[in-house]
Amino acid sequence: MENEAGALSRVAGLFSARGYNIESLTVAPTEDPSMSRMTVVTRGSEEIIEQITKQLNKLIDVIKLVDLSEDEHIEREMALVKVKAEGDAREEYKRLADIFNGRIIDVTETTYTIELTDSGDRIVEFITAINTDEIIETVRSGVSGIARGEKSLHP
Amino acid sequence: MELTGAEILVRSLKEEGVTHLFGYPGGAVLHIYDALYQQDDVKHILVRHEQAATHAADGYARSTGEPGVALVTSGPGATNAVTGIATAFMDSIPMVVITGQVPTNMIGNDAFQEVDSIGVTRPCVKHNFLVKDVADLAETIKKAFYIATTGRPGPVVVDIPKDVTANKAEFKYPKKVSMRSYNPVVKGHIGQIKRAVTMMLSAERPIFYTGGGVVLGRGAKELTELAQLLNYPVTNTLMGLGAYPATDRQFVGMLGMHGTYEANMTMHHCDVLIAIGARFDDRVTGNIEKFCPHARIIHVDIDPSSISKNVKVDVPIVGSVPDVLQEMIKLLKSGNKKSDQTALQAWWKQIDEWRSVDCLKYDHESEHIKPQQVIESLYNATHGDAFVTSDVGQHQMWAAQYYKFDKPYRWINSGGLGTMGFGLPAAMGAQLAHPDATVACVTGEGSIQMCIQELSTCLQYGLPIKIIALNNRYLGMVRQWQEFFYERRYAMSYMDALPDFVKLAESYGHVGMRIENPADVDGAMEEAMKLKNRLVFMDFVTDQEENVYPMIPAGAGLNEMILV
Repeated sequence: MENEAGALSRVAGLFSARGYNIESLTVAPTEDPSMSRMTVVTRGSEEIIEQITKQLNKLIDVIKLVDLSEDEHIEREMALVKVKAEGDAREEYKRLADIFNGRIIDVTETTYTIELTDSGDRIVEFITAINTDEIIETVRSGVSGIARGEKSLHP
Repeated sequence: MELTGAEILVRSLKEEGVTHLFGYPGGAVLHIYDALYQQDDVKHILVRHEQAATHAADGYARSTGEPGVALVTSGPGATNAVTGIATAFMDSIPMVVITGQVPTNMIGNDAFQEVDSIGVTRPCVKHNFLVKDVADLAETIKKAFYIATTGRPGPVVVDIPKDVTANKAEFKYPKKVSMRSYNPVVKGHIGQIKRAVTMMLSAERPIFYTGGGVVLGRGAKELTELAQLLNYPVTNTLMGLGAYPATDRQFVGMLGMHGTYEANMTMHHCDVLIAIGARFDDRVTGNIEKFCPHARIIHVDIDPSSISKNVKVDVPIVGSVPDVLQEMIKLLKSGNKKSDQTALQAWWKQIDEWRSVDCLKYDHESEHIKPQQVIESLYNATHGDAFVTSDVGQHQMWAAQYYKFDKPYRWINSGGLGTMGFGLPAAMGAQLAHPDATVACVTGEGSIQMCIQELSTCLQYGLPIKIIALNNRYLGMVRQWQEFFYERRYAMSYMDALPDFVKLAESYGHVGMRIENPADVDGAMEEAMKLKNRLVFMDFVTDQEENVYPMIPAGAGLNEMILV
């Protein structure tokens, strides 16, 4: 979409005005600074997804839109999870982070902050694997998506 | 030579061919008003409330097909304009609204008369722009008109901070504009058009269901040719009236909640539905589960998001109405296939039977003036050739049912948003666009009071509008629903303490008439029409409890109408 002030609120406003769900939304400029790329994760019946697609395409700021889930694609999301890490738990979280290909990026005497980049589903699995009481806070970036192979959004 | 932003704006409007600008001054737009003062090309019409500026621009657009333009100041000027913007948005009316804004360095500071106009209008515009640099102004105006008038039309707001109107830049108006993110489709897919024609010819019980898109897309001529080529029945939506001549035999009347019996029955029993520039609105379909149960559906529309939104269609065609219909006409004329004439004859016989129910009959012997009689009288006195605006409620439905529109752009009403107060300012726009034509505003004693202050504007510009007020001392449509569905508990639907409309009109320098006797209706109407240069406020004291029939109650199908 056009990298214009207000473009994001047009998309967000459309979803709330028409009663569609947004599970996550990420947006940032591309290699061409006049364009931003947005990934929206939403759910709905086939008819609803069709309407969402059409309504988004109608927004003047939207240059091109594809439904990535129609084809092979890659989804990635980053999560930062800060956990209480004392005593035996320190070793346990180290192992858990390794299993999920996460990295411990900040260490104090009592906490770890673990970074994990994976599909949204994997991140949910990781968070579920940790005892909720032990989580101090969680930050998730929302999903970014891209088609597999040579396909791209560029015309 | 460098010009100020205000001068650039006015010159840009002139480049766009704007002759009338409806507005109201204020602090943030003073530079613009100063620039307007120093030229004669763009005529400014001073309304009495910003809502009326947008409605008048809208009425101008609906009566001409050209974009209407309004200018309001920041803050309350912009918020007052919102009702008119939303009205235009719901009915896809091309309009450009310029809103003043506080200076760029004050934006976000809760400055005097500041409101986030872009945020406030976002959900009810086709697009909006905040111009932060005077160097972008001319191109933004070009884009605004381009977006407003192409594809599915709609209102575009351009918010201009005060300092931008004072700053200077070189003026060069772009000849054309292209936008990588906006390329409206015009030509329909030829394969789909061929499929549609085959389906149309295979029909035994066809009907054309056509809406405002035919009027807005300038496709009335093509629709008439296509329908007459096939001899298929035509129904128009409230927004589509005039797209097909109402006095023609093939026209079965308006459809929907207050549509004719024959239109709704023809819809319900059809086997091929040809929808053109219509959007399957809930007032048209009734209960969606029961809608056209036997029909295969063809849908032509410029807006892909209108297709299969409420009702799944079989042959979608995205394209402009006249282009697609011309292709259809070409295919029909060059092909040798004909529709099943025996089936069509039987279909017409059935339709004529439904017609014979005479669903729009009403009591001609009543001692009270029947509202239907007033509309018929208006139709006769204006030879069916007036521009008729309306407000919202019972009078709107009666005008739609009893004034037989033969031409597009003549019927001007707020169909989608249902905005009371629309009628009078819309009539001002229509009258200014057509100074020699008869413009009538059909209204009620409730609606007219929502923009009554515009009687003053009408005096200032000498607008000889004929106001036809159907005064039943009730908010009639609200009362009708309370009668049917709330056991006659008339909560707040009685209009007590009404003004004397005759004296009110006179105090504004106009002519006022009160008509109380059915025998006086035609005479008064003739007399009013003779007053060519005067606004006449005709206060018709009508039967208090008359209802709009037929009616499809909520949850019912098109075949389940309440007749009289």
